Amino acid sequence: MEFFQQLLNALSLGAIYALIALGFTMVYGVLRFINFAHSDVFMIGAVVGSLLGNHLPLGTWWGGLVCLLGAMAVCALLGVIIERVAYRPLRNSPRLNVLITAIGVSLLIEYLFQNEHVFGAAPRSFPAVFPSIVWQWQGLTLSSSQLIVIGVALVLVVALELIVYRTRIGTAMRAVSLNPRAAQLVGINPNVVVTFTFALGSALAGAGGVLYALNYQSVEPLMGVMPGLKAFVAAVLGGIGSIPGAALGGLLIGGIETFIGGSQFSTYKDAIAFALLILILLFRPTGLLGRRIPEKV
Amino acid sequence: MKRVDAPPHARWVRLGKTRVESRPLPALPHNILRLFTPTTYPMNPVFRAIAFVCLLANPLNVLQSTAAEPIKIGEIASLTGKEAAFGQSSHKGTLLAIEEINAADGVLGRPLKLITEDNQTKAGESATAARKLISRDQVVALLGEVASSRSLEIAPIAQSSKIPMVSPASTNPKVTAVGSYVFRVCFIDPFQGTVMAKFAREDLGLRRVALLTSVSSAYSVGLSKFFKERFLAEGGEIAIEQKYSEGDKDFRAQLTAIKATGVGGIFIPGYYSEAALIAKQARELGITAALFGGDGWEAPQLMAIGGTALEGCYYSTHYSAEDTAPAVQNFVKNYQARFGEMPDAMAALGYDSAFVLADAIKRAGGTAPDALRTALSATRDFVGVTGKTTIDADRNAAKSAVVVAIKYGRINFFKSVAP
Repeated sequence: MEFFQQLLNALSLGAIYALIALGFTMVYGVLRFINFAHSDVFMIGAVVGSLLGNHLPLGTWWGGLVCLLGAMAVCALLGVIIERVAYRPLRNSPRLNVLITAIGVSLLIEYLFQNEHVFGAAPRSFPAVFPSIVWQWQGLTLSSSQLIVIGVALVLVVALELIVYRTRIGTAMRAVSLNPRAAQLVGINPNVVVTFTFALGSALAGAGGVLYALNYQSVEPLMGVMPGLKAFVAAVLGGIGSIPGAALGGLLIGGIETFIGGSQFSTYKDAIAFALLILILLFRPTGLLGRRIPEKV
Repeated sequence: MKRVDAPPHARWVRLGKTRVESRPLPALPHNILRLFTPTTYPMNPVFRAIAFVCLLANPLNVLQSTAAEPIKIGEIASLTGKEAAFGQSSHKGTLLAIEEINAADGVLGRPLKLITEDNQTKAGESATAARKLISRDQVVALLGEVASSRSLEIAPIAQSSKIPMVSPASTNPKVTAVGSYVFRVCFIDPFQGTVMAKFAREDLGLRRVALLTSVSSAYSVGLSKFFKERFLAEGGEIAIEQKYSEGDKDFRAQLTAIKATGVGGIFIPGYYSEAALIAKQARELGITAALFGGDGWEAPQLMAIGGTALEGCYYSTHYSAEDTAPAVQNFVKNYQARFGEMPDAMAALGYDSAFVLADAIKRAGGTAPDALRTALSATRDFVGVTGKTTIDADRNAAKSAVVVAIKYGRINFFKSVAP
């Protein structure tokens, strides 16, 4: 029974990592660079959620959903603005420049939010926007917040899969990812695709932020750093650029962390999770589901 | 073919088929140091006159000779960040004490000036703050920190600069062991561990308990160790030991493992930010075991985050606002009037630490570091709001501990244990 309980814990933690990892992997797929500001968009999602939550009736399903959707919308807009202001002017410069800019944007957001007039460095508690119910079944315990995390993550991943494989914009995204120049030749506007990708990825990060804060009930400006790092690792583990890979990687990292956290080696849970990553990458350098793309000269 | 003569100082060395010229190294000046001696020029007499007039006319000179120069005291607190509640409370307590002392004409006829630095609850920041306060602000003594890990950053700097340091609430024994200039005005963890082990064994009647320790805090590791030693000596059993790190948010993995052992109680020697989340997640997982901890739980945010999950939990602390002693009631009244909230133990200890320091400055008759250090170590039966402070040979204060119970969403006095 302890095993199944841990499995449940692992699922709810992994689902959040998966949501953040999806944003990393989509931006990488289209632009071939890591958007380090992504983990701060995650944090802003939680902040927006808590601000909205304070004006909504607590403990209702519709209130929670409004809070979640509101945070996703704000984050989508923010992602688009970040791309427009910080990344688009550097589209044709070496990739390293964009990477450094991304780190700069990340630090800018973190320290801006630590300013007392913006948010402040002290953690604030997150309002319980969703109803909190606890179900018991044969020694297994499932709280509504865990269920919401798993449910929302599942819905969003399926929605993403449908958008990418069943819509025109999704087809355009895949085309740009495959060959940006050829995509342009057949009439795809890469700017539209990139903007859409950032909006989509940031909305997922915003949802992740609200779910994370809902589960752990506190919000602070640096809350995105650790989950962001782990989600990045999850994206690499699953094969960066691959959407199912990111989801799988997130679940794996969450699982490893939970099962080691519940064993006698709980002190080393992060060390062991990252050591496993190195081991997997040694044998599969492109990640678990990543495709090997031959570099043509 | 014309032959070129080698210059007289050069030798041609044959290396294989090529000829390499080797020259002796240029001779060094006889006195290298002379190169670095600063050059001095006689000062322009006009400038000299201006400088002299400036020195005489310096308004500060005039001020210093008439008004009493304030005694500068440095304070390091976690005003922001993860454990902001500790720093906010201890700072408010300290501030109140300084204001009361200054209202009563200060110490030795000089007002006290408190210079506060925020370490943002981050590791490493306290050391920087301590260096800044000592070298730039030239404080005569340091007050702080609440958390033992951060006091351990300040202590070596205070010791090597020979500036007395008084920690209000760091309970780990290692803090004052750093050196002869480091003091504290609270009890230490071997005592607190004993109190909680006996409490668990006798008052709660527990035989098997679990430990959930933060490995990244000196306070938590120490308190956990002392609790374990005493609990085993009392005939108890530690069924499982689980660990976490500061800043962790998810404890379900550790708690699920603890739940499987079916223990009657869980000792959580951590800080309020994690303790509240642990309590919440434990109750969500259906764990009904008694949860109890140490003075790291003492913060208003504990109840704000933990809420109803903390019902029936216990922790040990330094004082209770319900104490009817006149000194305590007077403090509670003044604190509420000044800040509009109830003082917790950290505020009470911050208040006491400032008064103990002021008392020592008075007895030392000045702020000379050595005299101040001697006066601090000679503190005997100083009556404060957290009981009588007597500094022992190890620069610790032996004081009573208070065990409080959380019932009906309130923190209630349960019992007091004398050392």
